[in-house]
Amino acid sequence: MKFGILVNEGPYQHQASDSAYQFTKAALEKGHEIYRVFFYHDGVYNASRLTVPPQDDRNIVNRWSDLGKEHNLDMVVCIAAAQRRGLLDENEAKRQGKDANNIAEGFRISGLGQLIEAGIQSERMMVFGD
Amino acid sequence: MEDEVIKKFLYVNRKAPYGTIYALESLEVVLIGAAFDQDVSLAFIDDGVYQLKKNQQTSVSSGIGVKDFSKTYRALEGYDVEKLYVDKKSMEERGLSEDDFLVDVQVFDEAQMAELMEQQDVVLSF
Repeated sequence: MKFGILVNEGPYQHQASDSAYQFTKAALEKGHEIYRVFFYHDGVYNASRLTVPPQDDRNIVNRWSDLGKEHNLDMVVCIAAAQRRGLLDENEAKRQGKDANNIAEGFRISGLGQLIEAGIQSERMMVFGD
Repeated sequence: MEDEVIKKFLYVNRKAPYGTIYALESLEVVLIGAAFDQDVSLAFIDDGVYQLKKNQQTSVSSGIGVKDFSKTYRALEGYDVEKLYVDKKSMEERGLSEDDFLVDVQVFDEAQMAELMEQQDVVLSF
């Protein structure tokens, strides 16, 4: 089965982010395909490189990065949602005249069209949110 | 061509228009998604029915100092997004009727809403 994943909530604040990760990981372990993971609303914070959780807790951002690397996942952060929340990649930081960027390894910033396309191309679209 | 696939997309709007950003960002998905020429429907359930309420006043002078995006729902027709469904129970529980909405909608009971969802390929819930 080919899945699309939508993550609508931020890390630590909400279970949705953990559930999306667990589901994605389990699906891959069972041999399913993940067409794309799309981060929207506060879900974009799952891609912040500057996240520093306590050492005895899970590192949600690194966990996504590692899973993405291992399975060559397409992990897309919505540009509109990211910009209004202060999440930028190098190009966007330059374009907006900001002095820093904070996107974590394995994520890329792109438009909402990528979410619609995931809906079209996947056999099942899974939404993880509130 | 992959792009010629037409799927049935349903956007389920469950949250009040202000207080959280879900409604506004859901609408942004609908507008972008319209460019993909899919078969689009919108459902308004729970506090989501308030999104379509007429006469929203949110400006700094007369309200909460937030952009009023409700007029965008009236523009949906121009994007060929014309299938808007309101959950009857949610509407009635909040003392609203069809006359309170700023666009034409179809009011569905729970069974009709369930059937609508059953028919979809992609359900995006916000």
